[in-house]
Amino acid sequence: MKIVREALAGTLESSDLMVRIAPHPDLEIVLQSEVMRQFGAQIEAVARDTLDKLGVTAALVVIEDKGALDCVIRARLQTVVQRAAEEWTAEWSALS
Amino acid sequence: MTTSDPRRFDASLRAQGLDPFAGVAARIAHVASAETRHERKLCKSLEDAIRASGLKNGMTISLHHGFREGDKTINMVVAKLAEMGFRDLTLAPSSLLSCNAPLIEHIKSGVIRRIYTSGMRGKLAEAISHGLMEEPIHVHSHGGRVHLMDRGELNVDVAFLGVSTSDPFGNANAVSGLSRCGSLGYAMVDAERARTVVLLAEAIVPFPNAPASIRHDQVDYVVQVAQIGDPAKISVGATRMTSNPRELLISRLAAEVVEHSGWFEEGFSLQTGSGASATAVTRFLEDRMVRKGIKASFALGGITGSIVDLHQKGLIGKLYDTQSFDSQAAESLRVNPGHIEISTNTYANPTSKGALSDWVDVVILSALEIDLDFNVNVITGSDGVMRGASGGHSDVAAGANLPIVVAPLIRSRIPTVVERVTTVVTPGETIGVLVTDHGVAVNPRRPDLDARLREAGLPVFPIEELHRRSLAITGAPQPIPFLDKIVGVIRYRDGTVADVVRQVAD
Amino acid sequence: MKLRRSMLFMPGSNAAMLSTAFVFKPDSVMFDLEDAVSLREKDAARMLTFHALRSGLYDGIETVVRINPLSSPFGMADLEAVVRAGVEVVRLPKTDSADDVHRLETEVERIERACGRAVGSTRLMAAIESASGVINAVSIASASKRLIGIALAAFDYVMDMQTERGDGTELYYARCAVLHAARCARIDAFDVVFPDVNDDAGFLKEVDLIRRLGFNGKSLINPRQIELLHNAYAPTVEEVDYARRVVAAAEQAETQGLGVIALNGKMIDAPIVEHARVVLRRAAAGGTRK
Repeated sequence: MKIVREALAGTLESSDLMVRIAPHPDLEIVLQSEVMRQFGAQIEAVARDTLDKLGVTAALVVIEDKGALDCVIRARLQTVVQRAAEEWTAEWSALS
Repeated sequence: MTTSDPRRFDASLRAQGLDPFAGVAARIAHVASAETRHERKLCKSLEDAIRASGLKNGMTISLHHGFREGDKTINMVVAKLAEMGFRDLTLAPSSLLSCNAPLIEHIKSGVIRRIYTSGMRGKLAEAISHGLMEEPIHVHSHGGRVHLMDRGELNVDVAFLGVSTSDPFGNANAVSGLSRCGSLGYAMVDAERARTVVLLAEAIVPFPNAPASIRHDQVDYVVQVAQIGDPAKISVGATRMTSNPRELLISRLAAEVVEHSGWFEEGFSLQTGSGASATAVTRFLEDRMVRKGIKASFALGGITGSIVDLHQKGLIGKLYDTQSFDSQAAESLRVNPGHIEISTNTYANPTSKGALSDWVDVVILSALEIDLDFNVNVITGSDGVMRGASGGHSDVAAGANLPIVVAPLIRSRIPTVVERVTTVVTPGETIGVLVTDHGVAVNPRRPDLDARLREAGLPVFPIEELHRRSLAITGAPQPIPFLDKIVGVIRYRDGTVADVVRQVAD
Repeated sequence: MKLRRSMLFMPGSNAAMLSTAFVFKPDSVMFDLEDAVSLREKDAARMLTFHALRSGLYDGIETVVRINPLSSPFGMADLEAVVRAGVEVVRLPKTDSADDVHRLETEVERIERACGRAVGSTRLMAAIESASGVINAVSIASASKRLIGIALAAFDYVMDMQTERGDGTELYYARCAVLHAARCARIDAFDVVFPDVNDDAGFLKEVDLIRRLGFNGKSLINPRQIELLHNAYAPTVEEVDYARRVVAAAEQAETQGLGVIALNGKMIDAPIVEHARVVLRRAAAGGTRK
């Protein structure tokens, strides 16, 4: 899916995350997390998997995580892609 | 008679080390005049008091943290010592908090070389966890601190003790005057044991000042200072019932555990600690005490306004107060005869002639982490950085009949129940029950308790089940990388080493 | 016996609540995509709710989602998401007639077939929020086999009635009408939200009223109210004791082939036995009153 505009999703409340996305030549994920030491790798893996399933291969994704669970991370990323994509073509089955 | 009459002495006595009388003031100079008799302890400035105290490089100083985050004494004294050029001191306050971040500079510059404390928070704790000090800090419990003094490891050369009022002779308290922290439980220990005692008094009042939490026979010097602390920032007693539904859920469950534990009988005793959950547990217990028609004989420890409420309603007999957690508690200590100020020696020193902590039935404790063996960590966060205090945790856990740990199973994404705690502060064998928002786990050493709580229909699970459940929600956390360097030594209340804290790797 | 005493509302857009609210163990949880979610966050709430439903966090708690009206730009997308995510019950807001339920049912069935979910496995409930909804309650309640219950929602209803929330007088007819409609259709009936979360006494008074009227339960906006509500709905120890003796007497009469059931010399009617069984089932499911 092609990212054609900047978008934002989520909040900075505890157990949530704020995701920003913008058009970019390749896929770059910038991750900040309150639980970086314990879950940084896991959060990044979930983010990459979610974007991969949506076919997002080029975007700058900036994540500010406040200790969100994986299901919240997926939801926020999908929302931000939906808001920034040229056309939302994902099947529901590709979202979970 | 101003000097000795030679006929009233015999030279042979010199051999026994005896001297002839040489005048009333010859050896006791201060009796020479009313002024020196009464006002010799008064110093014009903190600097004068420090000089008079005989403090030297490398010595040990102590202070109390009765104002917690509102403390103005610790930073002020250390800054003055730095200005006067002191070096290599051992700092032994009863505890340190976020407000003590300015100490970082004095550690860097070599003014402070070693630290004994119950805990640390904020930037100071962060810096020490990242290897700021060459020597590791020693973290002790409140009772353990007194033990370390009594066994000669922690020898305080000069105690600088903030008090809200003192008379010129050194009778002092913190229930009168402007900035009142209530109980001087921590300071009373230092006043008894330090080689030299300097009072930093916010107000000098006419003799005699009463009550005398610290007595004139313990005090060497008295100096007036502008402000010793801000009582509004003690604030660890939640004055209002929390509205956080998760805290309420845990607190209600904890109260149900108490109710069905077998210890909820006429004359039971309790300690609830600080914070919103503790306040809520107190309220829930109040309902159950009224319903059952029973009263508690005493409450111990840090005393909050909510405990004072129950005392004033006649539901708790005596309050033994080593730290007043809010202004309501401080005021109660002043006016209520059943509200009694005690030192941390009386409170919890395991090698004193008796500690009140040994008489507690039910204690509500907190935890940053608790592991499958019920060991509790209240010092290091799960990122390995120190951010808490040992306090009375291990003291009362060891003494109480029913130590209950209350904590949410998960804080944002951080699990509380872990396979092995990062740092052991309180050994699991002393913990009775864990109460979380996902249910209760009883220490397998207490099968009787387990049976009673299950019988009462409470949601009791093996702690392994709670652990499994939390992992299913958060995923498995990666282990924290540590370096070899030891930044903290966790002393158990008997002086032994319960654990070490290593420097976190970046 | 599925108890539906408490239905906890939470905004589908609130990540922190979605991540923790299952600890309060309501009988049902209702993720709201409608009024509690601003227009800008409709997409985000739908996505969060989709994942909350799939996460397994709410296993053991009945899941309900209040979708936006199908006539709105969001309703159909909401329905696609939640049916595919495996929601147990879809709650239709602002139900004015049986036709609203039929339309919803048609769409649900279409999505079930499309995603391979067993047809009929998605249950429905209808919220009645207007004068016409109350008047049509009987036909609404029997509009679909999928319906597990109907709920009265007061906020819009009192506006429609040109009055405001007060001591309950304003809901007098609506409560009775909705309840009767539900009982005719043999489905559950849910009462309105009690708005003041700090007024425990007022809440308990309202709970006592609706329990005695016969409602199965109530919608809640604060988790604190769950325990209060469950306790108020729990039979007392005395009630359970009596019910046990009634059921024992009935069983004894049956084994002895007696046509008449007697307890302590008094004749017991069949409805009393039936009620006693309900009391025992409630006690088994939710304990006794504290």
